[in-house]
Amino acid sequence: MTTAVLTREQREAKLEGMGCKRKRVEDIRFTQGKGNYVDDVKLPGMLFGDFVRSQYAHARVKRIDSSKALKVPGVLAVLTAEELKGVNLAWMPTLAQDVQMVLADGKVLFQNQEVAFVVAEDRYAAADGVEAVEVEYEELPVVIDPFKAMAPDAPVLREDLVGKTSGAHGPRKHHNHIFEWTVGDKAGTDAALANAEVTIKELISYHRTHPSPLETCQCVASFDKIKGELTVYGTFQAPHIIRTVASLLSKIPEHKIHIISPDIGGGFGNKVGAYPGYICAIVASIVTGRPVKWVEDRIENLTTTSFARDYHMTTEIAATREGKVTGLRVHVIADHGGFDACADPSKFPAGFFNIVTGSYDFPVAHVVVDGVYTNKAPGGVAYRCSLRVTEAAYAIERGMDILAQKLGMDPAELRLKNFVRSEQFPYQSALGWEYDSGNYHTAMNKALESVGYRQLRAEQAAKREAFKRGETREIMGIGLCFFTEIVGAGPSKNCDILGLAMFDSCEIRLHPTGSATARMGSKSQGQGHETTYPQIIATEIGIPADDITVEEGNTDTAPYGIGTFGSRSTPVAGAAIAMAARKIRNKAQMIAAYMLEVHEGDLEWDIDGFRVKGLPEKSKSMKEIVWAAYNSPPPGMEPGLEAVSYYDPPNMTYPFGAYICVMDIDVDTGVYKVRRFYALDDCGTRINPMIIEGQVHGGLTEAFAIAMGQEIRYDAIGNVVNGSFMDFFIPTAVETPHWETDHTVTPSPHHPIGAKGVGESPNVGGVPAFSNAVNDAFSFLGTRHIPMPHDHWRNWMVAHSLGLHG
Amino acid sequence: MGRNAVAKTQVRMTVNGKEVESLVEPRTLLIHHLREALSLTGSHIGCDTTHCGACTVDLDGKSVKSCTMFAVQADGAHITTIEGMANPDGSLHALQEGFRMMHGLQCGFCTPGMIMRAHRLLQENPRPTEDEIRFGIAGNLCRCTGYQNIVKAIQYAAAKLRGETFAEAAE
Repeated sequence: MTTAVLTREQREAKLEGMGCKRKRVEDIRFTQGKGNYVDDVKLPGMLFGDFVRSQYAHARVKRIDSSKALKVPGVLAVLTAEELKGVNLAWMPTLAQDVQMVLADGKVLFQNQEVAFVVAEDRYAAADGVEAVEVEYEELPVVIDPFKAMAPDAPVLREDLVGKTSGAHGPRKHHNHIFEWTVGDKAGTDAALANAEVTIKELISYHRTHPSPLETCQCVASFDKIKGELTVYGTFQAPHIIRTVASLLSKIPEHKIHIISPDIGGGFGNKVGAYPGYICAIVASIVTGRPVKWVEDRIENLTTTSFARDYHMTTEIAATREGKVTGLRVHVIADHGGFDACADPSKFPAGFFNIVTGSYDFPVAHVVVDGVYTNKAPGGVAYRCSLRVTEAAYAIERGMDILAQKLGMDPAELRLKNFVRSEQFPYQSALGWEYDSGNYHTAMNKALESVGYRQLRAEQAAKREAFKRGETREIMGIGLCFFTEIVGAGPSKNCDILGLAMFDSCEIRLHPTGSATARMGSKSQGQGHETTYPQIIATEIGIPADDITVEEGNTDTAPYGIGTFGSRSTPVAGAAIAMAARKIRNKAQMIAAYMLEVHEGDLEWDIDGFRVKGLPEKSKSMKEIVWAAYNSPPPGMEPGLEAVSYYDPPNMTYPFGAYICVMDIDVDTGVYKVRRFYALDDCGTRINPMIIEGQVHGGLTEAFAIAMGQEIRYDAIGNVVNGSFMDFFIPTAVETPHWETDHTVTPSPHHPIGAKGVGESPNVGGVPAFSNAVNDAFSFLGTRHIPMPHDHWRNWMVAHSLGLHG
Repeated sequence: MGRNAVAKTQVRMTVNGKEVESLVEPRTLLIHHLREALSLTGSHIGCDTTHCGACTVDLDGKSVKSCTMFAVQADGAHITTIEGMANPDGSLHALQEGFRMMHGLQCGFCTPGMIMRAHRLLQENPRPTEDEIRFGIAGNLCRCTGYQNIVKAIQYAAAKLRGETFAEAAE
């Protein structure tokens, strides 16, 4: 009725479909304090659990005495490894196929490791109980430096693995060795390096840091003894994985486990894995018969659950004198801490590190990653990046700058000379990936032009001369990064976690009056799925986005999915949405044909319904079709209009981008100023530009933090020296630079809507851009590689070591 | 151990316009009192060390990080939390509207504290510059947005509260 008077543009605008800057649905509740986060969950009779933790990084646990704690008013129980052994849960599997102590079983392997779990009436009583538990330790020698982990006389960290010469990923060559992962052509790469006209070799370290979402990890476990059912509310980025793991561990059948991820206050990879707190809360609920809440404090979060990075990458590039790259060799020492608890697909113990050839056409490459145990917290998660991709991007993007410096060539020119060319896509990389699409030269040239790159270099040259003449004490750096991401894990042919294939899912159910509910296997932690997913559906089936509700995070109602991490929501779940919507549209077309008394083939899709080809006035809107689907379907057709899609992607997606950072550093104070940061992203089809740009701002801010100061640092005996927000760098609005965003659009050819994912690109591309800017600033004074993080103090130290302070 | 037996103290405060009386342990933090005793879960806990500002409330005309104040210290105080910010007719306050219009939030966890801080900032300075806004919210951390759109959200609200229109769009 109304459609007849609206123009095409008006009908399209009404849908708020793909490409529109739709305002967020979530904000209505979040801006009014009506979000529902885990710590807001309050169940009748709920208890509170808290951990006794080790102050030592490596020690034998001689004795745990809970007797005084049990006398503290309000304390009901104290769990130790002995109690957990009774239910076979003293150890748990990690997502990396290692095992991890839930509570210290005879020894501790990192500072703040979980030793005992005190259960009490409220969080204050639990804290009192924690203080009253007495633990006797015998200190053991520690291994903190990953390069010393495999020394012949290094202390044995994992006594449970003594005598095991192979692990989940093949042979172990030392008692502190986890795995060696090798990919590429060794002989060819050796030859390329041996015969090269020019080579570079540099140890490029990416320090240990932490995702630190503003909400820490937490859960409420509630076991119903009568029904034999377990309900767990938790900060889970991957609720279905948690359900399956909980079922395998507890032997509670999967249909009797209900996992609920309510609103999540940021994840950034921190909330993918399973942590001792979850297991202890579940066991405590079974033991006490009451719901048990566990909430990490910030120090616990930073020092125990899921660090990121700690990759030490010896990078070698072979090239011709003209700057054409001919080979790449990278050897990585990967510090996984006391237990290997990263969330990589099982065939990829070093994640997708073999994207390390980056955006360049390397004819040959070889990578070896050695994972080692140290006395640090377990993890190795993907902190706002696809698995180990930010490490790879940092290695290659620093490497290319170091090569440019050696060749005396402009780093932009070196990159342009070696990019995979647009006609080479789909491109087979030397390390085994098939890049789906790219237009690197166009993106790079647009970025260079946008910032006035040539003028910036001229300004820098003049400033350097002025510096040498003593007219200024400021140096200027221009940092380039051109990254290629690999996201959307992943095709079941090579991606699984603990045997779970990494598809994702969507169920769309249309209601008779023309609105819809979509349920997803993914789970937003702030990405705005409730806003963007309906935009895809709106475009696909012509129902206004406002009439579509997205539900996530309830394993009872959502179809099975692997969850949200590694920028996989758009590439995998987003594809499932489009496929489910298309199933609906196909059935709708049959119904419309019946209603209009024509053949299906005579119909064409028109924004929000079907019309007869050549007779546009003969049409049926989706709203009319949905009503008919329920109430007057064609004879022989089942009523109803709904569909489910489980999408197993044929390939990963490969977003890319060109980032440029302009920075000034005062050599007398070390203080840096980010003058300008320009980020061009190509994430394929853009679903909601407002949300994309918000994601880019946030990711760049995290990259800025990591490159310029954020780290988890240990002293020589394994104390975390910056384990709170007092000294762990989270930029405030004052330090955070202004971000300029831009884009090109190169759709993914294999994705149903051509989208590639964007949330993690800015972290992946941002870090090298900042680091290259600092390195570029100092390079004319004779430096080759200055390691991250580049805080003011370290900049001052670099200047000092260069003799700039007289 | 003896401290567990400490008697509870009576406190009376006005929260979002309503007077409430409760018995609290002297060690109870204001944030726990608001969230658990008064069920006002809009204010959040992000760091325990007074750095993140997720627990910011407005107390007697000042921005206060309620994780670093005991409930007993708030005896007699007038407190506004995020739950008390909407207009009397239920419509969104200019700041709440601004955060939505300018895409000033993502996960939403810092948002209540950020809005409460911005509320006080605009009371003190109705026409802040970008630098003044950035400095004014430096006690509140956000891990998602990079602050750029939060600044715009506050500019939007400032303009609206002055009866003007903020022209810029969210980036």
